Amino acid sequence: MSVWAKHQVFEKNSIILIIGILLVVAIGGLVEIAPLYYLKSTIETVQGVRPYTPLELAGRNIYVREGCYNCHSQMIRPLRDEVERYGHYSLAAESMYDHPFQWGSKRTGPDLARVGGKYSDEWQRAHLVNPRSVVPTSIMPGYPFLAQTKLDADHIAEDMRTQKLLGVPYSDDMIAKAGTDIVAQATLDDPGAADLAKRYPKALARDFDGNPGAITEMDALIAYLQMLGTLVDFKTYDRKANVR
Amino acid sequence: MAAEQNKVDSLTGVSTTGHDWDGIHELNTPLPRWWLWLFYATIVWAIGYVIAYPALPLVSGFTKGVLGYASRDQIESDMAALNQLRGEKVAALAKTSPADIEKSAELQEIARAVGKAAFGNNCAPCHGQGGAGSKGFPNLVDDQWLWGGTLENIQQTITYGIRNENAESRQGNMPAFGKDGLLKKDEIPVVAAYVVSLSGRKPEGAADLAKGAKIFAENCAACHGEQGKGNPEVGAPNLTSNIWLYGGDQKTIEETVTNGRGGVMPAWNGRLDEATIKALTVYVHTLSGGK
Repeated sequence: MSVWAKHQVFEKNSIILIIGILLVVAIGGLVEIAPLYYLKSTIETVQGVRPYTPLELAGRNIYVREGCYNCHSQMIRPLRDEVERYGHYSLAAESMYDHPFQWGSKRTGPDLARVGGKYSDEWQRAHLVNPRSVVPTSIMPGYPFLAQTKLDADHIAEDMRTQKLLGVPYSDDMIAKAGTDIVAQATLDDPGAADLAKRYPKALARDFDGNPGAITEMDALIAYLQMLGTLVDFKTYDRKANVR
Repeated sequence: MAAEQNKVDSLTGVSTTGHDWDGIHELNTPLPRWWLWLFYATIVWAIGYVIAYPALPLVSGFTKGVLGYASRDQIESDMAALNQLRGEKVAALAKTSPADIEKSAELQEIARAVGKAAFGNNCAPCHGQGGAGSKGFPNLVDDQWLWGGTLENIQQTITYGIRNENAESRQGNMPAFGKDGLLKKDEIPVVAAYVVSLSGRKPEGAADLAKGAKIFAENCAACHGEQGKGNPEVGAPNLTSNIWLYGGDQKTIEETVTNGRGGVMPAWNGRLDEATIKALTVYVHTLSGGK
């Protein structure tokens, strides 16, 4: 019996064929996916990366809701022109707490992976309300309603619990204090800011939207934008540390 | 069975596979030769690729490939090549003071070229493509400087920024005279009218300029100077030049006095290297109004 005749077993029994397909595809998966979970160079750990503060997480949700990723990537590739323009290439570890990640593949606008601290809050505000007021040639839509919409943080604790299920190390303490942390971060000189900085090192606390009377969606989005790419200190980063 | 496989279909002249469904035979049409050879070529290419480049995962690492390629090595050599390309002249920028760069025609030309590119990427979003600024973001091509227009002033401002978290950044806030109750509500329009008159314009309505002058002397002169000529040490603008960052009409001035102002500029010393900051200093200084 030739080998082709043996193959008839698969051709004539759909269940056996399905099991055969699954086995073959699983081999591809094992070779391509499994190593990513144990190779040291692909699970590089980097000093400084921490989970998002509740306010930043709320801002990130607005970023996703408004579809910012449709035009802005958050991934600086290790290419000369990108490093020249945007700064150090992105590390996988820098988006380890992003669920879902915002790497993106389309750049109608510039990459935002290291936009944190590049412009002032006032610029971000003016630019989000009407991009053409500061960049006359911009084609970005305005988001003036963000400044008028009070931040709805009712579900932030649930959101953090969901993120925790996905592997973000939020402690029960962090989740319990989410509400006060939001107020502490969005208010200038709030007494809770020191406590916030203990839970979330390098967290910036100030009145991001320039409107001390209310915590708006603008506060949250600017808080998120202003921390993007700022957590890792590249002066101390050793790119060889995880290669073997 | 073998005999059936070799059976030739009488209509097309092509042999059949021997599969037969209700009298319908399946032709064994060969694949086009060009397609087959391309297919074989990709297999050969893949073998070569696996040998040359990182490819196969192993238990505690991966095959590195004989070329030793790594994208992180590549970017480093690319950046080194870029610095090589820019050459000693750009390296010289890092070693030379902005004043000396400006004195040397050759270095100044390089600094302006480097500065222009860096300005477009980093500064133009706020200060405008040509440095003309917009409301709240200072114009860099006029001859009025909030924090001083000498090379040293500009270098200091770019390096450490204004009113940011950096300990070296320039500080100095315009208080919210109205909101914080430093001035009474009815005093604000009076002093605003006086400020309008400082730049040689006529205030709206009936203005008590003498009273305005008194309020100004008691509250504003500490920073803006007795004559309102400003003080770059604390970033207090000249109020007599009729150049306005937030608008010079009486209503906007009232708003400024009520709520205060305090524009923020980021520090650039972490983001840009020494040579680029110096190039930007020279570029901004030579835009037109440098002192």
